[in-house]
Amino acid sequence: MKSFGPVLVVVGCILALWYGAAVLMNAQWERDQAGRAGEAIGWAQIVPKTMAQERPVLPAPHQVAAEFWALTWGEEVGGRRGIVQSGSLSNRGLVLHAWVTFSATMLGFAIGSGFGILLAVGIVHNRAMDASVMPWAIASQTIPIVAIAPMIIVVLNSVGVAGLIPKAIIAAYLSFFPVVVGMVKGLRSPDGMQLDLLRTYNASAAQGLWNLRLPASMPYLFASLKVGVAASFVGTIVAELPLGGAGLGTRLLAGSYYGQTIQIWATLVMASLLAAGLVAVVGSIQSRVLARMGMGA
Amino acid sequence: MSRSAKITRKGAGVLFGLDGLVALIAGVVVVLAWDWRVTVLLGVWLGAWLVNNGLSQLGGPWRMRLVPVIFGLTLLVLWEMTVTLFAVPSVILPGPLAIAARFGSSLDVLWGDFVQTFVKGALSGFVMGCGAAVLTAVVVDRSPFLQRGLLPVGNFVAALPVVGIAPILVMWFGFDWQSKAAVVVVMVFFPVLVNTVAGLRATDVMQRDLMATYSASYWQGLFKLRLPAAMPFMFNGLKIATTLAMIGAIVAEFFGSPTQGMGFRISTEVGRLGLDMVWAEIAVAAMAGSAFYGVVALIEKRVTFWHPSQRGR
Repeated sequence: MKSFGPVLVVVGCILALWYGAAVLMNAQWERDQAGRAGEAIGWAQIVPKTMAQERPVLPAPHQVAAEFWALTWGEEVGGRRGIVQSGSLSNRGLVLHAWVTFSATMLGFAIGSGFGILLAVGIVHNRAMDASVMPWAIASQTIPIVAIAPMIIVVLNSVGVAGLIPKAIIAAYLSFFPVVVGMVKGLRSPDGMQLDLLRTYNASAAQGLWNLRLPASMPYLFASLKVGVAASFVGTIVAELPLGGAGLGTRLLAGSYYGQTIQIWATLVMASLLAAGLVAVVGSIQSRVLARMGMGA
Repeated sequence: MSRSAKITRKGAGVLFGLDGLVALIAGVVVVLAWDWRVTVLLGVWLGAWLVNNGLSQLGGPWRMRLVPVIFGLTLLVLWEMTVTLFAVPSVILPGPLAIAARFGSSLDVLWGDFVQTFVKGALSGFVMGCGAAVLTAVVVDRSPFLQRGLLPVGNFVAALPVVGIAPILVMWFGFDWQSKAAVVVVMVFFPVLVNTVAGLRATDVMQRDLMATYSASYWQGLFKLRLPAAMPFMFNGLKIATTLAMIGAIVAEFFGSPTQGMGFRISTEVGRLGLDMVWAEIAVAAMAGSAFYGVVALIEKRVTFWHPSQRGR
């Protein structure tokens, strides 16, 4: 925890910069208001007002925090449509949208990483697959898939596939690539000596996979799972843009249509917390598994 | 490659090859009674797969280069055959030939969109963002305090869904390319920063001591030793940033854009069910993305020719 102090200082600096920027960017609107009312206005009056605008250009941190609290705890516990009074999550609150995005992310992440691991096993064991699939797997990632995401969603919807699946497909596509690359590297990480030993034991390819290659690939697998889960989360959010209904991406687009800046920022806070939480969960599983296997740092 | 590894590979290849063959033949027999169109598709797939398997067993540099080409062509042929045989309506999935025809007939529109999104949005944002990130990294590198404070924050931000700020930046900078460039700047900044800072620390004590015995100044040490040593890490970040730049520029257009641009075209043509145009636009995006990545990788090869990962092959 040596870096705790410095991190605190840096975060403090960012918050201070944020407040400063909020004052500067919101001041123009206050001046316009005062000018229209025919009043002269000094910085002493402007500064507090820029902190409390309804639709600021850049909301101050405490406004975002208040909105976040109101849309999560306040909405669910106190609100008429909240879980306490109606028995179901409120569609105005962020919890429902976060849940929808989370479930699509998890489904896509599971599909993507499962498929990625299978593909990596195939690539390592079959030379034809190595030569033919790997270049295209790399090339497929230079396509900005999230750009196509809305189209895929709309097309799948028109064929009758709706709900979680289309979003999960996008998420899966984004998470499979890091897993393939990491797993291929990991499955090939045992050195010649270890492979030779298995040969002398007359081990089959499947035994080599289970007893040597898969255990050896675990550190690589988890490193790429962390990248993959973040990528599939971004994919889900972008995939939600063209859809109505629920989801953090839909909320972002709605906020930008109606100029609800504070709401956009609160949604972003929710998305960041969720993303950080997902990465942290994968990270803690990683350190447990590696510690059990005797590879922990 | 060691001899034993070769033997293992070969054994596994024969084993999996036989398995795959048996499974495919069984599959063909099963579906033969079900639908002849599926059988045709499977037959094409099986043929191409056998050719590829044979080629890769033979080995040789140009044969191995042929294998991915055959694989890609097979996918395209299968796509076209699926669309024709099953009479898939073009509003759901147009075939590659229709897309190519559309591509050829609307080159001027595609070029306009490419300039708007790629040159004005992605490229300018990429240059600004990466430049700012490298400069920041040099500053951060001078202070251990900043390193310890900024790196965890940078790592945290690099994992966040940064695309989410697109609507805000579009509100601030307007609908034209400036807002797209701003999104790209924010997206590429942190990956490049984190990688460059890690790279600037990649020199050993021995090397730094040598510079000290030459009584090199800070700037000499930076330009002659630490920046060159950081290049492999930096290019890692830059290569990630090429994909991010394309994504940022296109996605930002979904939140508002002038009547030009790849993201704008994709979202409007989806609405008009002009899916062949959408796929042509995707082809442009794919080509631009690959070329962008390729150029950065080529520069990397020229700059970091001394690094083991480049000398290996």
